[in-house]
Order: sequence, then structure tokens, then C-alpha cells
Amino acid sequence: MSTARPWPDDDVSRVPYRVYTDPDIHAREQERIFRGPTWNFLCLEAEIPNPGDYRTSVIGDAPIVVVRGRDGGIAALVNRCAHKGALVCYKPRGNVSEFTCVYHNWTYDLDGRLTGVAFRRGVRGEGGMEEGFEPGAHGLRRLRTRTRNGLVFATFSDEAPDLETYIGRDMLSALDRVFVKPVRVLGYHSQVLPNNWKLYAENTKDSYHATLLHVFHNTFGIVRFTMGGGIRLSENGWHHLSFTERSADGSEREGAEAVRSLKEQYALEDPSLMEHRLELGDRITNSIQTIFPTLVVQQILNALAVRQLVPRGPGECELRWTVLGFEDDDESLEALRLKVNNLVGPAGYVSMEDGCIGGFIDTATRSAPEERSFMRMGGTAIEPAGASRVTEAAVRGFWRAWRDCMAL
Amino acid sequence: MTGAGEAPAARIARLNTAYAHAIDDDRLEDWPGFFTDDGLYRIVTRENREAGLPLAIVHCDGAAMMRDRVRAMRTANIFEPHTYCHTLGAAEIAEGEDGIHTARTNFTVVRTMHSGAMSIFACGRYLDRIVEADGALRFAERIVVCDSRTVDTLLVVPL
Ligand code: FES
Ligand SMILES: [Fe+2]
Repeated sequence: MSTARPWPDDDVSRVPYRVYTDPDIHAREQERIFRGPTWNFLCLEAEIPNPGDYRTSVIGDAPIVVVRGRDGGIAALVNRCAHKGALVCYKPRGNVSEFTCVYHNWTYDLDGRLTGVAFRRGVRGEGGMEEGFEPGAHGLRRLRTRTRNGLVFATFSDEAPDLETYIGRDMLSALDRVFVKPVRVLGYHSQVLPNNWKLYAENTKDSYHATLLHVFHNTFGIVRFTMGGGIRLSENGWHHLSFTERSADGSEREGAEAVRSLKEQYALEDPSLMEHRLELGDRITNSIQTIFPTLVVQQILNALAVRQLVPRGPGECELRWTVLGFEDDDESLEALRLKVNNLVGPAGYVSMEDGCIGGFIDTATRSAPEERSFMRMGGTAIEPAGASRVTEAAVRGFWRAWRDCMAL
Repeated sequence: MTGAGEAPAARIARLNTAYAHAIDDDRLEDWPGFFTDDGLYRIVTRENREAGLPLAIVHCDGAAMMRDRVRAMRTANIFEPHTYCHTLGAAEIAEGEDGIHTARTNFTVVRTMHSGAMSIFACGRYLDRIVEADGALRFAERIVVCDSRTVDTLLVVPL
């Protein structure tokens, strides 16, 4: 790092812009966050339903393969051959009875144990692996792996608490609220964003911007100030939940009729995509939940998704969306989900700005590594908030988590 | 569009050209008019399509939803200004029943930002169902299949 202390004080409401661009900080994040005491979302159990099904994923820069074992259990393995470090699974998904590295055909079982070394005994008595070779010491690295609500998480760290403790009680109940029954993947989106991953991570916790940046909400009369809602934080401030709900007294009309702006000419001509079938046992219309460092769980009306944020060097990241329905959706509910998904994803009416805003910050702050942001909406506290959600508390919580890990 | 008596291939080529030029010239208000009133417009990735997954990046079920897309883009959505340039391949055409043609046309879209940065933003194929309506050809369905599974930054202008 080019200065001794990139973050000269304890103030998490003022972020030095250096942390978005410094390659040394990026490297330290790999070690202290992604390979540190965090639980990282990898994929959904529903994507690998059968023994031998695998799917590749990542934790930070590290390539991971998640596989369903013969006993139905799930293992997350580092996707790196113990021989010379080649990717063992170079296809994004598949079904295998064992893993075979294509380079020199070392084979591994579904738990990552080395089961075969090609030409180990040489050919006609010549060559072969050295004496005393111990296959048991040369498997694929197996990570602590745990599933919750059909989501697969793993950690490199022995120090991380168990997953439930890591997420915390309130945040677990928010997951329980969304994953009420088995899910089905409706498809994937991916966006490559021209900015550091933390800018997107902050954005998902920034409830202050929602009605200001995403003008669609107001122009088309979709978010009403009469709506209830709030922000919840995990005890340590690392994870958050932000939600909006319709008032319970029925004073607001539901569904298509509610999509009426002050200016009639800006009503949606076809409001059917705003229809909302209440399906989770409450009146919450929008809920965005983050689990540090890189998971977002989203419910916007009937649009359900998980988003995984993947750093790609200091200046770029990839946002991977897995869009969900429930296994028991009928045709009309699936059709509604496909429509309401116009609100989200790379072309989403209320999400496309999130794709470009990080790039705006990146462009403007590169030249000012010593300058700092000023995120004091709601002061400096990291605490829950009520319906207005005009606070940056959850963003400060993100930086609390980041600094806890980074020790900078 | 004129052209009764003209060969279908020539008419479809003109339809494709007019569609692409309307977008490239920022005449997006004309874009929904290339579809029938209940026309379907979807942008999907090849990855999702080949996996049989129904999700779309853009899903407009009827010209009204397309007009909403244009109105939102003009009045509400925020993005860095940019333009497209479409390059089209020749359409491969099959005539189906009731005068409905199906066509597949490859495309490449180069996106140019205000900064001058240019990139291949999308490349793939149009899969179309084309019908005769009021003496002109219109899309009853245009599925835009993008070869890449990723979108650079965001997508707001239709492909
Ligand atoms: S690198 Fe995998 S077998 Fe050689
Ligand atoms: Fe946003």
C-alpha cells in the first residue's frame, strides 16, 4: 500500500476512495475476506439435484466446484488440480461419477480424494511417480460447506462461526420468509460492471437512493410514501434487510390499479407487470437482503432472485443473478414472474441504474485516492430504521464488516 | 411498406433493415410499430435458451409494453448516452401456414459511448415470426438470442 494507513481513523461513514482502486487492497481482500472468516454463497441446491451433478462457482478469485455426492450431501471443492493446478472442471456444469483432470488424467472422487494418477507405476518399468507417494495428501481442497434454505455456502476458514451464527437469527428468519417451499431456477442474468465490487455491495445496502436514482418508481407512481417498511441489521451490522410493505388497512389499492402516477400520461399503458400476487404470507412488496460479503436475496413483487457479486480485479466485477420461481408455480404464475422480471436484471426498470452508477463513481474518484465520501444520513450509527429508510446505516454496516475482516 | 407481389425474401430484408435503422437512428417511438399489437418481443441469452430456461432480459408481451419501455427510457431511466449500429446477416426464411413466415437473421450490434469507446455490445440471432397486417409485414414474434451470457453494464435500448 502506498500509504501506511489507507484508512486513518475509525470512521466508517467516510470511505477513502483508495479502497476501490488499490491492487494491494484487492489482494488483501482475497486473503482476509474471501479466504477469511466469511460464509460465501455458491449456488442453489436445486441446481444440482442428483448425485454427481456439479456446478462451478467462485469465492472471490478462487474457482470452486460444488458437487452433489452419492449420499446426497454437498461438497464445495477448490477447482484446482493437486498436480499442476489446472482447472479440474472447465465446463460450468455437468454430471460426473468422478472428476478427471484433462491435463494428465489425475482422478478424484466426488469428495475430492485423489483416486488415480495416470502412469503412476510408469510404463514397462520405466518412469512413474516417486516412491512413497501418498495419494491421501493430494486431494482437491474441500471447504466447510453448509446449506440453508436451499442456498449453498462455503468458507475457507476454520475460524468462521457456524453458518447460522454467522447469518444471525433475524437474518435467518428473513431467509425463511422467502424460501417457503422448493424453488425452481427460471434463468440466469449476468452483468459486468465497470467498477470495484464494493461499490455494488454498498449500493444494495443503500436504501437512500431507491426512489431518487430509480426515477421509474416515482414517474410511474410505484413507490408510495404511505407505504410501510424498514431496515433491519444483523447484530454485528454485517448483513441487512430492507423492505417495503403495503399498509394493512387496505387504504392503498393493490395490483394494476396502484400504478397510477400523479401525471396521468405517465401511467404504464400495460400495467400487468406490476400485478402482485401475495404469496409469502405478508404484504411486503419489496425486500432486499444482503449477507456479507457478496450475496443479495431479492423479492420485488413476484420477482424472486439471488444475486452473487464476483470481484474481477479492483476495477471490475460481475453480478450473477439466479432468477427463481417455486416448483409448484402454475403456468399463469410463471408468466407473471417472467413479466415482472422486466423490473430487474440488466435491463430492469428499477435496477438498470445500479449497473452504471458504480462506474460513475469509479470514473470520478480514481484521481482522488486520498479523498473520502460523506455518508452521514442517519449520523454515524449502525442501527435499524423505520419506514422512511432515509439512512445510510446499512452501508456503514458493510464497512464495519469490511474493516473487521481487513484489520486496516 | 409497399411490395404486394414482391418476393417475401426481399420484403423481409427491407423489414429487417427498416427495424435496425429505426433503432440506430434513435427513432425508438417507431420501434413498437414493427410489431403486431399483440406481438411478442424477448431478449434472451443463448445459455438460458439452450438450457430450456424461460427467463428473458426484456420481455414485452404486446406493443403496449414496448411503448412503455420506450417511455420509461425517455422519461425515467438513467444511463450513459450511447448509440447502436446494427449489422445484419441475410435472413433464412421458411414459409409456414396461413402466410406466416419464420425467419432467422444474424446480427451484430456495436455500441458507441459518448466518450468514443466502442465495443461489440451484442451478437446473436433474431428468431422471427412475421405476418402480413394492413398491407405490411410485422413481427408477431421477435426473439433476440444473444450469444453472450453477460451484458456489459446495462441494456436499455432494444436490440
Ligand atoms: S494438472 Fe491436473 S493432472 Fe496434471
Ligand atoms: Fe438501486
